[in-house]
Amino acid sequence: MVTFKIDGREFKAEESQTILQVAKENGIDIPTLCHHEAIEPYGACRLCIVEVAKGRRNRIVTSCLYPVEEGLDVKTNSPRVMSNRKMLVELLLARCSKNKVINELALQMGIKQSVIRPEYLEEEDCMVCGLCVRTCEQVVGVSAISLVNRGITKEPASPFLESARDCIGCGSCYYVCPTGAIKMEDKNGTRFIYNWKVEFKLKKCKICGNYWAPEKQLEYIRKKWNLPEDFFDICPTCK
Amino acid sequence: MPNKLRSKEDLEALRRELIKERKSDRPLIAVCNGTACRPYGCLQLTEAIKQELSKRGLEKKVELRITGCHGLCEKGPIVIIQPGDMFYQQVKLEDVPEILSETVIKGTVIDRLLHTDPVTDKKVVHRDEIPFYRKQERNVLGNNVEINPTKIEDYIAIGGYAALAKAILGMKPEQIIEEIKSSGLRGRGGAGFATGAKWESCRHAPGDIKYVIVNADEGDPGAYANEGLLSGNPHSVLEGLIIGAYAIGSQQGYVYVRNEYPLALANMTIALNQAEQFGLLGKNILGSGFDFSVRINRGGGAFVCGESTALMASLEGKVGEPRAKYVHTVEKGLWNRPSDLNNVETWANVPLIINKGADWYRILGTEGSKGTKIFSLVGKINNTGLVEVPMGITLREIIYDIGGGIRDGKKFKAVQTGGPSGGCLPESLLNLPVDFDELSKAGSMMGSGGMIVMDETTCMVDIAKYFLTFLEEESCGKCLPCREGIKRMRQVFDEITEGRGSDKNIEFLEQLSATLVDSSLCGLGQTAPNPVLTTIRYFRDEYEAHIKDKRCPAGVCKTLIHYYIIEEKCPGCGICVKECPQEAITFVGKKKPVVMDEAKCIKCGVCSDVCKMGAIGKR
Repeated sequence: MVTFKIDGREFKAEESQTILQVAKENGIDIPTLCHHEAIEPYGACRLCIVEVAKGRRNRIVTSCLYPVEEGLDVKTNSPRVMSNRKMLVELLLARCSKNKVINELALQMGIKQSVIRPEYLEEEDCMVCGLCVRTCEQVVGVSAISLVNRGITKEPASPFLESARDCIGCGSCYYVCPTGAIKMEDKNGTRFIYNWKVEFKLKKCKICGNYWAPEKQLEYIRKKWNLPEDFFDICPTCK
Repeated sequence: MPNKLRSKEDLEALRRELIKERKSDRPLIAVCNGTACRPYGCLQLTEAIKQELSKRGLEKKVELRITGCHGLCEKGPIVIIQPGDMFYQQVKLEDVPEILSETVIKGTVIDRLLHTDPVTDKKVVHRDEIPFYRKQERNVLGNNVEINPTKIEDYIAIGGYAALAKAILGMKPEQIIEEIKSSGLRGRGGAGFATGAKWESCRHAPGDIKYVIVNADEGDPGAYANEGLLSGNPHSVLEGLIIGAYAIGSQQGYVYVRNEYPLALANMTIALNQAEQFGLLGKNILGSGFDFSVRINRGGGAFVCGESTALMASLEGKVGEPRAKYVHTVEKGLWNRPSDLNNVETWANVPLIINKGADWYRILGTEGSKGTKIFSLVGKINNTGLVEVPMGITLREIIYDIGGGIRDGKKFKAVQTGGPSGGCLPESLLNLPVDFDELSKAGSMMGSGGMIVMDETTCMVDIAKYFLTFLEEESCGKCLPCREGIKRMRQVFDEITEGRGSDKNIEFLEQLSATLVDSSLCGLGQTAPNPVLTTIRYFRDEYEAHIKDKRCPAGVCKTLIHYYIIEEKCPGCGICVKECPQEAITFVGKKKPVVMDEAKCIKCGVCSDVCKMGAIGKR
C-alpha cells in the first residue's frame, strides 16, 4: 500500500493501481475517451492527463497509465492541466467538428468556437482511440480489425479494407465506441456493420420469433464453450 | 575455421601473432569504402587498385586495406598511404597507376590529389594536418581507418576485445557499472541519460531473463553517424554490448538496424559470425563461464522505431508504436522483461572506458557531459562529413575550423542540431559549448548527432515547416496531440508561407507547442515543437516579415516571391525567353530588355539561373 494525494486529499491504494482507478473509485472526475475498464489502458486520447509532483519533479502524465506511488501529489485540474486539456479538446473538435459527443465535451470545456480556421475543420466521427480494435482483440478475442497506416492516415480498418473475414458480428466495437463512429444496423433478420463491410444473418428465437443475435457469433460462443447444438435456439428473454 | 579463444592468454597470443603480421614494412593503401564514398565510385577505385597491384606483381608487397568511413565524406573517395600518412582525396580511376608508381613506390607526393584547406587555400599532405581532423578527437571513430571492418583479425590486432577480457575475467559486474558511472558516460541517442545508472537499474531489476539492445535505427534526416560507426567498426559496438550484457546480467542481445543501412547490416552480421567463431560470443566466452548471444533485427523504416519502446514493440513483431514509460524499460521492456537499450555510439564508448579507465575518459568534456560526440556535419558547409569532437567544443569551432566555413562565401544563418526534433541556433550562439545541457538550455538538443548548417539563402520559416512535414508523416498516430497537433501546426505554416498568415499565428503555435511538449505520449511528439519554438525564438523577424509584410526575406517561399526584369541590366539576349517553361517572358527586339508577364510566372527561377547579366531580380 502507498499513500499519496489527489487534489489535496490523502489516499491509500495498492501500488498496481493507476491514478485514474483510484480517482474513479473515490468519485473524483477525470474525463476520458479512450479508456474502458475492461480493456488495458492505452493512453491515446490524453484527456485524462493530470499533473504529478514527486520530489522536485513536476510533470503532466496520463492518469490511465500512471501507477500510484508513495508521496505522489496529483492535481487533476491545475491550470497547466486545464490549458493542455482544453487544447486537446480543440484538436478533437477540429477533427470531429460535427460529432455530438465531441461538441458536448467542447462545450463543457468552455469552447464555443474552434480556434482552427473553418476551412481546415474535418467532419470525422472516429478520433482513432483504438477502443474498437482493442476490444475485438482483448475482450472478444478475434482481432477481426486493426489500426492501419501511420500518423494522420491512421484508422481502424478491416484487413486490406475488404470485408472483415474474422468478424463474428458481435457489435462490441459499436457498443464500446465513445463517439458513435461505428455504424451498425439490424434490419430484416440481417446485421450490417458498415465500417468493416460485413453482414450477418441473425438467429430467430424458436419461441418468440425475434431475431436476437448473429448466428456466427452464437456459433463462435457455442464452440468456444463446448455447448450443445440447440443451446442458442431460444433467446435469453424466453429462457 | 579458427580455433575458439578459450582464455585471455589465447586472445593475447593471437593478438601478438596478428601484430607481427601487420608490422611488416610493407607499404599500405587504405581506401575508404564507407557508404558516403560509394556514390563517388570507391568500389570501382578499390578494384582498379587491386588490378594495378596484380598487374605489377605487387599484391604481396603492398597491403591494400578496405576500410569504413574516414569522415571527410565531402572529398571522397579517400585514399591514405602509409608510410607517411599521406591523404589523397577525390581520387579517380586514372590516378591509380600514378599513385602506385609515384607515391607507393617512390614516396613522392602527388600535388593535385592533396587536400586544400578551404580557409588558407594551402595544400596539406598529411592527414593529421588537415584542419578538418586537427581539432577532432577521434577516440571512437579513429579506428575506422586502421581496420577492415569485415576482418575481426584487424580489430584484434589493434587491441580489440582486450576490454572484454579485462571486464569479464577480471572485474565484477558491479565494478564495471561503477566504472561506467564514474566515467560520466551519457546516452548518445538523444536524451543523454546516464548510462551507468541505466545499467545499474537494469541489473537490479527483478527477473532472471534480461535483454540488452543496440539502437541503430538512426532516422534523422541528414544524420549518418551511427551508420559510419556500425559499418566502419562493428566489433567496437559488439564489444561494448558484450561487456554491458555481462555487467547487467543479460544473456541475449539484439541489434536493431534500419534496413536502409545495408552496409551496416552486412558488416554487423559478419562481425557477429566472426565473434562467434572466435569464441567471443556464445557459450563460456573466453573461459569466463559467461554465455551471451546476439541477434540482428532489421527495422522497416519507421522513424518512430528509434524510440525505445516503439523499437521494442517492433522487436516483438508488433506495430512499432511507443508506450508510456511510467514503468521504465529497464524494469519492463522487451517482452516485459528488464531491458537495457543504448545507442550504437554509447556502446562503442564502453571498451574505451574499460581499457583506459573512467579517469582518462573524464578528462575530455564538460562538467555534465564527458568524452566525445560524433556529429554528421552536413548542409551548406565546405567540409561535410562525420566528425568526432570533445564535448564542450563550440559550434563555431565545429563549423568554421573543422567544417571549413560556409560554402560559396555565403553568410552563416543557423545550425540545427539533434535532427527534426532539435532546434535551430543562430549566429549569436556560435560560441555555445556543445554539450547535453547547453544545447537543451538553448532550446535544442544533442539528439543522435545530426548537425545541419544553413546559410543566408535558407528561410527559417520554411525549415520549420519542412521538419513539421517530416514529423507529420513519421508520427505513429497513436496519441492525439502528436497526430493532430503536428498537422494543425503544419497548416499554420502553410498559411504563413503562402501569405495568408495573421497576427495570431505565432501565439497559437506557442500554445499548441506547449501542449505537445506536455502531453504527447513519447519523445517524438514531446520534441516535435523544438524547430518551431527555436525559430520563433531566434528568427522572429522572419516570421513577422512573412506574416505582416507578406515577404520571404530569404526568397524561398514561392507564393511570397516575385521575379522581375532589371531593365538597365538586360541586353535582350533572350536566353531566359527560351528557357522559361511558361512562356512568361517575351522577346521585344535586339538590345531591348525582355518583358515578363508575372501572371504566367510559376517562380521556378530558371530565368534567374540562366541569366549571365544578373538582370533577373527577385523581391
